[in-house]
Amino acid sequence: MTRVLLIEDDPAVRRGVTLGLRRNGHETEAVATGEDGMESLAPFAPDIVLLDLMLPGMSGLETCRRIRETSQVPIVILSARGDDVDVVVGLEAGADDYIVKPASGEVIEARMRAVLRRVAPTQSSPGSDGPLLYGDLEIDGTAVRVCKHGRELVLAPSEVKLLLFLSAAPGQTFSRRQLLEAVWEHSYYGDARLVDACVKRLRAKIEDDHGNPRYVQTVRGFGYRFGPL
Amino acid sequence: MSRRLVRRGLRTRLVVAFVLVSAFSALAVAALTFRQARTAILDRARDTTVHHLRTQVGSLAPDLPAAPAEADLRALALQLDRAGVSRDWRTAVAYRGGAPIFAAGRAPVLPGRLREAASTARTALVQRFHHAGVPWLAVALPVTRADRPAQPSGLVVYASFSLADQERDVATLVAAARAGVLPVVLLSVVPALLAARRVLRPVRRLRSAAENMAAGALGTRIRVTGDDELADLGRTFNTMAAALQADAAALRAMEARARRFAADVSHELRTPLAAMTAVTGVLHQDAVSGRLDPEAAEALELVAGETNKLVRMVEDLMEISRFDAGAAVLDLDEIDVGELVGKTLTVRHWQDRVGADVPPGLRARLDPRRVDVVLANLIGNALRHAGESVPVDVRARAEDDHLVITVADGGPGIPEDVLPHVFDRFTKGDAARTRSEGSGLGLAIAAENARLHGGALTAANAPGGGAVFTLTLPRNPP
Repeated sequence: MTRVLLIEDDPAVRRGVTLGLRRNGHETEAVATGEDGMESLAPFAPDIVLLDLMLPGMSGLETCRRIRETSQVPIVILSARGDDVDVVVGLEAGADDYIVKPASGEVIEARMRAVLRRVAPTQSSPGSDGPLLYGDLEIDGTAVRVCKHGRELVLAPSEVKLLLFLSAAPGQTFSRRQLLEAVWEHSYYGDARLVDACVKRLRAKIEDDHGNPRYVQTVRGFGYRFGPL
Repeated sequence: MSRRLVRRGLRTRLVVAFVLVSAFSALAVAALTFRQARTAILDRARDTTVHHLRTQVGSLAPDLPAAPAEADLRALALQLDRAGVSRDWRTAVAYRGGAPIFAAGRAPVLPGRLREAASTARTALVQRFHHAGVPWLAVALPVTRADRPAQPSGLVVYASFSLADQERDVATLVAAARAGVLPVVLLSVVPALLAARRVLRPVRRLRSAAENMAAGALGTRIRVTGDDELADLGRTFNTMAAALQADAAALRAMEARARRFAADVSHELRTPLAAMTAVTGVLHQDAVSGRLDPEAAEALELVAGETNKLVRMVEDLMEISRFDAGAAVLDLDEIDVGELVGKTLTVRHWQDRVGADVPPGLRARLDPRRVDVVLANLIGNALRHAGESVPVDVRARAEDDHLVITVADGGPGIPEDVLPHVFDRFTKGDAARTRSEGSGLGLAIAAENARLHGGALTAANAPGGGAVFTLTLPRNPP
């Protein structure tokens, strides 16, 4: 059972999604505004937040940023348009994934599960025999923990998953398509902006010099790789 | 510029006409002046000569005896010659039809016709003639006695002299006229060019304005100065441009409204659809649970299924609206084409029904999602229309700097009358299947996606039967 906080202003959509979620056995709290969502965050302690971007009052983007200030709870954006720039901004603000409305209960369920798997410790991780040290970074795949200079970094689920995946094969280049499939569990031709936005966020947290990244490097025309350090 | 010079343009024609007119008038003026001056010169020479001769004869003839002998006549000729030294004439005197007698060694040149005419004449006769290439003037003066002027005395005095001096004066006149005409004609080129420029400037302005309009700048207007016919033309042009611009704007506004309406409608439909789609899963679960009345279960299934169709249609409408609004964006990524085609097939579980032939290592820069949409549309169409057991093949090749992907099926092909319209919106290949799976926008969207890449999508029937769709994409779009 998963605790889902749904922030969606349209009453019909709110009821429909809630119905679908409850039917799938999730405990759901549905609110109509970003402000109400922020209030429910602490008492309800959701495992995942479904966030509509078009909200009256505090916008979805602002809500996303506020949530990220205090919590690393997985956030999935609900958007009316896939090509909306707000989606990119939302992803860069810390959202883990997005769903384009109208979406069936199955799609929402699948996307939620994929995002939640990123938080769960990976059993078959190559780093299961303890934390590995790369430069100033200490990556613990078992505990899903990343430290820099010994201090634990606050990373969103997608960021951790991406870093774990890349660092498991240092120096190997992965295309954005491969990362989409492996980290986001999207189809091959999913939205590569997910990867780019997440890399951007990750670099902001782990790199010393964003313009000249050391850990997550870009291989032009191919994709990304970890190192070589 | 050189091209323009040799072209028989308005400028050339204007200049030529101007120069011709000025040359003609200069020549006419020169010719008239020349004629007048020449006549005046020659007339004066004649008149003074006749006058002088008459004076001399008047003073010398009375001394002649009534029936002069040849010696008398010769003496008179000699005296006359001396008197005419300044004119350098040569004289001869004839009496009663006799041969003209002249001073020794000073035979005058006399045309025969003059002598014939002189024998019966009562007044002075003058004839101009050419002798040895030089113009001469000959005068025949019948002498009358002062006391009997009505009766000729039979004495005729001849005088002739060269008009070379006068001819020289005339030649000088001709040279002067010629010297005047040429500079005038040459100088007339300058005002001609200026005039042509003045006339042609508005024409040029008009032309460049028309070119701008043709290029789509409907806001083009020309500055109209003056009040002549060209200014009127300019004003008419401006009126036409304004009308055209207004019409185009109205048309665009109408089209934009129509497209906005389609976009707005589909957008508005999405919110209720989002609520409905979220519960179709619930409906489906209940319908198949067996806990419901069969009719209610069937109704639920119908609602769930049709809701999903409606969602697909609205999504396609939204997509085409984005193309219409120019809001569709390419998200380019360099990918392996074989991998892309493979994923398109496996995700839809088509890998066993569709053959794929892509050379390994073929890479291209494209928007994988959009190309997947195109391929899925083409292959889905082929599978639907060609039937279960018919082979469908996807083949990709690099041709120069293009990536060419063909989707061919062994089905009945596309009817010839449908072929030109396959990419039109809401065209369906088979009228009997109007309520098939597609929204009727699938191929239109596929074609738009190809265009967005700077490529093209074409449909044809293979010589051996079956439909062939060819997607051509630049390997490195801008």
